[in-house]
Amino acid sequence: MIYSILKRAVQSVFVLLLVGLVAFSMFRFVGDPVDNLLGQERTEADIERVRQELGLNDPFVVQYWDFLSNAARGDMGVSFRQGRPAMEVILERVPATLELALVSATFAMTLGILLGIYTAIHRKSWISNAILAISLIGVSLPTFLIGIFLIYIFAVELGWLPSFGRGDVVDFGWWSTGLLTWTGLKSLILPAFTLGLYQLTLIMRLVRSEMSEVLKQDYIRFARARGLSERAINFRHAVKNTLIPVVTVAGLQIGSIIAFAIITETVFQWPGIGLLFINSIQFVDIPIMASYLMLISVMFVVINFAVDLLYLAIDPRLRDGKGA
Amino acid sequence: MALLEIKNMRVEFPGRHGTFTAVEDVSLDVNEGEIVGLVGESGAGKSTIGNAILKLLQAPGRLAAGEVWLKGERIDQLSDHEMLNVRGKRISMIFQDPMTSLNPIETIEYQLVETILTHLDISEAEATRRAIDLLDQVGIPNPAERIKQYPHQFSGGMRQRVVIALALSVEPELIIADEPTTALDVTIQAQILDLIKELCRSRNLGVILVTHDMGVIAETADRVAVMLRGKLIELGPTQQVINAPQELYTQSLIAAVPPSNKKIDRFPKVATEDSEGSALQNFDLSGHWLVRGDTYSTGGKSLLEVKGLKKRFQVTNAILARNRTYIDAINDISFDVQAGETFGLVGESGSGKSTVARVITGIYPATGGTMRFAEHDLTSAESRAEKQKVRRDIQMIFQDPYSSLNGRMRIGSIVAEPIVVNKLAGSTEERKEVVADLLELVGLGKDAARKYPHEFSGGQRQRISIARALATRPRFLICDEPTSALDVSIQAQILNLLKDLQDQLKLTLLFISHDLPVIRQMCDRVGVMRHGDLVEVAETEMLFETPQHSYTQALIGEMPKFAK
Repeated sequence: MIYSILKRAVQSVFVLLLVGLVAFSMFRFVGDPVDNLLGQERTEADIERVRQELGLNDPFVVQYWDFLSNAARGDMGVSFRQGRPAMEVILERVPATLELALVSATFAMTLGILLGIYTAIHRKSWISNAILAISLIGVSLPTFLIGIFLIYIFAVELGWLPSFGRGDVVDFGWWSTGLLTWTGLKSLILPAFTLGLYQLTLIMRLVRSEMSEVLKQDYIRFARARGLSERAINFRHAVKNTLIPVVTVAGLQIGSIIAFAIITETVFQWPGIGLLFINSIQFVDIPIMASYLMLISVMFVVINFAVDLLYLAIDPRLRDGKGA
Repeated sequence: MALLEIKNMRVEFPGRHGTFTAVEDVSLDVNEGEIVGLVGESGAGKSTIGNAILKLLQAPGRLAAGEVWLKGERIDQLSDHEMLNVRGKRISMIFQDPMTSLNPIETIEYQLVETILTHLDISEAEATRRAIDLLDQVGIPNPAERIKQYPHQFSGGMRQRVVIALALSVEPELIIADEPTTALDVTIQAQILDLIKELCRSRNLGVILVTHDMGVIAETADRVAVMLRGKLIELGPTQQVINAPQELYTQSLIAAVPPSNKKIDRFPKVATEDSEGSALQNFDLSGHWLVRGDTYSTGGKSLLEVKGLKKRFQVTNAILARNRTYIDAINDISFDVQAGETFGLVGESGSGKSTVARVITGIYPATGGTMRFAEHDLTSAESRAEKQKVRRDIQMIFQDPYSSLNGRMRIGSIVAEPIVVNKLAGSTEERKEVVADLLELVGLGKDAARKYPHEFSGGQRQRISIARALATRPRFLICDEPTSALDVSIQAQILNLLKDLQDQLKLTLLFISHDLPVIRQMCDRVGVMRHGDLVEVAETEMLFETPQHSYTQALIGEMPKFAK
């Protein structure tokens, strides 16, 4: 077991190094930040001075080494646009994205699992069929369209909910939360729903097919033959077995909720890292883009690692060192 | 008054193409302390009766007519909710496969206590005590410790004991055991059957024993009911049915069981089987494609010679070599197979017999030892072309005819594939002709080429596997439990076919099975395997009449005796 955990850790380091290389190569090959920084009235001397300050004149290997050793210390360079450390700029925005991701993941998981279980147990009922039909919309419509649609109905026509921004926030140290104010909560509803809708339908369909499969197993038939109630069979025996494969997918989905928040954040002008990333692309603010890449990959790696550990907790068969 | 009375039961499965009647007009009763065997081939409706009694029929199946009475109380009309007080509490069920009938992620304790608390109004501590007591009664050592474990920590036989403990947990009056020992080894089977018999006597239980195995019935049941296509065709005391069967079908069913006490030439056919006889009699093979190709001169030596073969699998991975654990699946075994003979390998599950087959065919690389096939050394690295040639000469037939054929390929393509890969046919026409002949040869007819595997039954699929194996013109055929997934009548057909093919094509067979009577019928010489060791090799008759090794003696002693 220690072996497999260590193996995971080593793999994770490789993943991070590879992402680091991609992030670094952006410095070399994507646009020229100097153009954006200095504007029209610049002299050759200005350009040279800025290039020197930013270390753009050093050889490739030196730059890569500097990048790696700085990144290891959390120093991803200075934002070209804001002139502040890139990590600082990103971390400021992290709470907004994480809160949005957390709320929409909770929403997607809870509702997805519940609806999945319902449709698996009542396979033939018209409610199940209706849920499945509607869920097709969630899978097939692009996120931005759903977002715009929701804004039109609830913000423009009905005027119930705000169409953009985060509302009022309360600060706890470096963490700013929108969960404690009325406007903050109201602002969260539409983006969280938009972001979670696809995951919701995905998880629901996954739970449904996994659970249908579990319900056909011998141990469910045996449980029924022992006189256990349908309730005990469905919720004690079937659900837990269903969740084993669901955990993997759900874990990866939380990662992609954070990563794909870009579109939702743009539509709702949500002040998170996704929006920051989009703006940085416009200005070729490479330190911000690189830090964003690194941050997202670290999150993915951590989530994957957590999923592996969760697996061990749920499935006793893996604890004895078989498989894994 | 009988414990359980079934009157004129009829079970229907309505479908898109009309209604399928799985059980028709079956009347049967079971007394206290009596074991009634329900025997028949797959699709006979025997398991359906058990499910219908407990109202556990898979939708859309329904009990269309008839009555079920339990101790004078009619139970077929109870609501689903009322049935909860019958299931597990008054009538329990034991399923076939102990590997899948327990919830893998809950402890044994959880599953036992849950069942007890569902039916009895006692405290949890009391339920736990009762659960430990039950495990003790079904013969599980250290019940207080083992109850904390998960199903995967138990062996197959021990799991079936746990299943029986679960079925007994609330002292039912009747147990329906659906093929309770089919998935178990012969020595474990004997133990489980003894346990069921013992419990039946000591608790005055009624037992319905559903099985396809006449040997199990002969050893266990007091009365036996024979089923054919949903109808009960013969019912009587076990000795009477086995020794003087009245119905033609029963007679042929009993005749098709490979006798364990003597060797016969061919297996008799079952009377009602849809005839698919081998077409070999009217097939002239002289000069045919199948007998062309290279011949070997073994120079008086054996065809296959295995010396000191070892195979080790790594079970757990670790950084330090000393923490890694291995299983020695094959532990230094040596044997040889003469050209034209059938060499049998027999042993219980996990004895390494299938691993031997896989190492010889090169599916697994050997860890140590040497193997010589004709003039080729199989273990040393040879040229690609030479390896290909040896692989062509050694072919394999697998156990499960359902998973060993690609469901998305037509039969014609499946059988033609080895010919194409090995470039054995001169033209497309010749290839098609050879495929047609092969299908004809195994008794399927050339029209089968256009169909897909799902259109065939288990026995027919095994014929397809044989045709595919023959398509490389092999000299050596490895059959790994070729009939253990099949009904006894189908088994007889397949074994006859293998014998005929061996005679016609001068094949050498390595025949792997756990079934001693089958081994006795098929093999010239037999090797007995146990825990990766080859404990005894002898001529078949010698082995069965005067087994030398104590394990062989035990194995032959445990084999269900089926006197006719």
